[in-house]
Amino acid sequence: MFKNVQELVQQAEDQNKKLYEIMIEQEVELTEKSREEVISRMAKQYQVMKNSAVKGLEGVTSYSGMTGGDAKKMDAYIKNGDILTDSTLLKAVSYAISINEVNASMGLICASPTAGSSGVLPAVVLALQDKLGMDDEMTMMHLFTAGAFGFVIANNAFISGAAGGCQAEIGSASAMAAAAAVEMAGGTPTQAAHAMALALKNMLGLTCDPLAGLVEVPCIKRNAAGASNAIMAAEMALAGIETKVPWDEVISAMYNIGLAMPVTLRETSLAGLAVTETGKMWKEKLL
Amino acid sequence: MKYRSVFDIIGPVMVGPSSSHTAGPVRIGQIARRLFDAQPEKIVVRLYGSFAETYKGHASDVAVVGGILNYETDDPRIPDSLFKAKELGIDVSFVKEDAVPEHPNTMEITLSRGDDNIDIAAISIGGGVVRITKLNGFPLKLSGENPAILIFHKDAYGAIAGVASTLAANKINISGMDVSRIEKGDIALMTIETDQPVSDNLINAITKKENILRVITLSE
Repeated sequence: MFKNVQELVQQAEDQNKKLYEIMIEQEVELTEKSREEVISRMAKQYQVMKNSAVKGLEGVTSYSGMTGGDAKKMDAYIKNGDILTDSTLLKAVSYAISINEVNASMGLICASPTAGSSGVLPAVVLALQDKLGMDDEMTMMHLFTAGAFGFVIANNAFISGAAGGCQAEIGSASAMAAAAAVEMAGGTPTQAAHAMALALKNMLGLTCDPLAGLVEVPCIKRNAAGASNAIMAAEMALAGIETKVPWDEVISAMYNIGLAMPVTLRETSLAGLAVTETGKMWKEKLL
Repeated sequence: MKYRSVFDIIGPVMVGPSSSHTAGPVRIGQIARRLFDAQPEKIVVRLYGSFAETYKGHASDVAVVGGILNYETDDPRIPDSLFKAKELGIDVSFVKEDAVPEHPNTMEITLSRGDDNIDIAAISIGGGVVRITKLNGFPLKLSGENPAILIFHKDAYGAIAGVASTLAANKINISGMDVSRIEKGDIALMTIETDQPVSDNLINAITKKENILRVITLSE
């Protein structure tokens, strides 16, 4: 069993196995389910992710009516072809927005690790699947890679905005996605861990101060930020860039920052964006 | 370890918008219903901390009632659960509490039907994972993921040993056990999580034992 990133990477390197293998083996051991059951359950999660990634591209409106339709705009912009960067990156952005718009419409999503951050990991994995021409079965295995890092973060820090701010949600999701991206691209377990830490460091200190307490503003676009950040971190790690602060120390830092964060900035809508003039207006209107 | 499975992280599959404030309350509602083991006539939900500030926007209200109606986290009927409850003649009320809770996502639920009622307190710790922290005022730690038996008993010699030996004789393995009491020598609550489900016959046998006051089961 692995308790931290160091142990996770060590086990994968020592046994010359992929990170997703280590996660599957642990799941089988801890939950006493068969390998087939575990993999087929993940295949279901993957299918829900895939459906929600494209559903929002058609245009959905949130339960509150505050947001929606932005994934559709992004999709049209990419198809138009006149883009500044790269279509893989922008596809990830459009999927991330799509999934979180579907979430805000009370549609069906797979939390990863939470609902508010559910767009990040699928967006990265699905955009890279297109880019690398990987089949569904192999792509889906990398959700275990992401899950392994999420498991460590959740048990050593937190993954809810109410406990640790947005850094615990989008930050964790971005870190998980970065690691999965590296393994999908053929990087080593060590590189995946560096990508995880590089991504998480960039998200430290992010507060959870959504308008009217809804998982909409700024959450939906922050999923796009988390996905882009994950791809950037993965590219850096694949280039050989390493984190100066060791992997598990970065997770501890996230934990300490969350503990120090005032409760007004932890999913209570009592500060930050939530109490701007616009924030107050929406709260008045919706609650 | 707060999280044991990779599907606590990659999951649950759920109706949005929040795992801690929507899926979590669905699961809390489900456990409350399973502990009460009947459709309530009255539901009172008291909300604390982040739940109190944001429950409407996160649809925590329809979620917890959906759970009490036995809906799963991915049930598309969740948004309409309050209408359904009304249709079933269930009286539902929500109370926003000002007290600062130990955990930011805390709620208390009272379910009643005639003279029968149950009080639980629960927290939603993130990613849809929840813990029941109190039952009728007695502190406990219950994940709702394993079968469990909750036994109110007189705080007397032999009460615990009697239950444990009955379980052992029936080849039921105990995976977790906890005893709590409010005052010494008064009433205590024994919480036993088991690897195997416990049959009704066995529950009846335990209920008849000396010093046992009330037995509540939580099946899988």
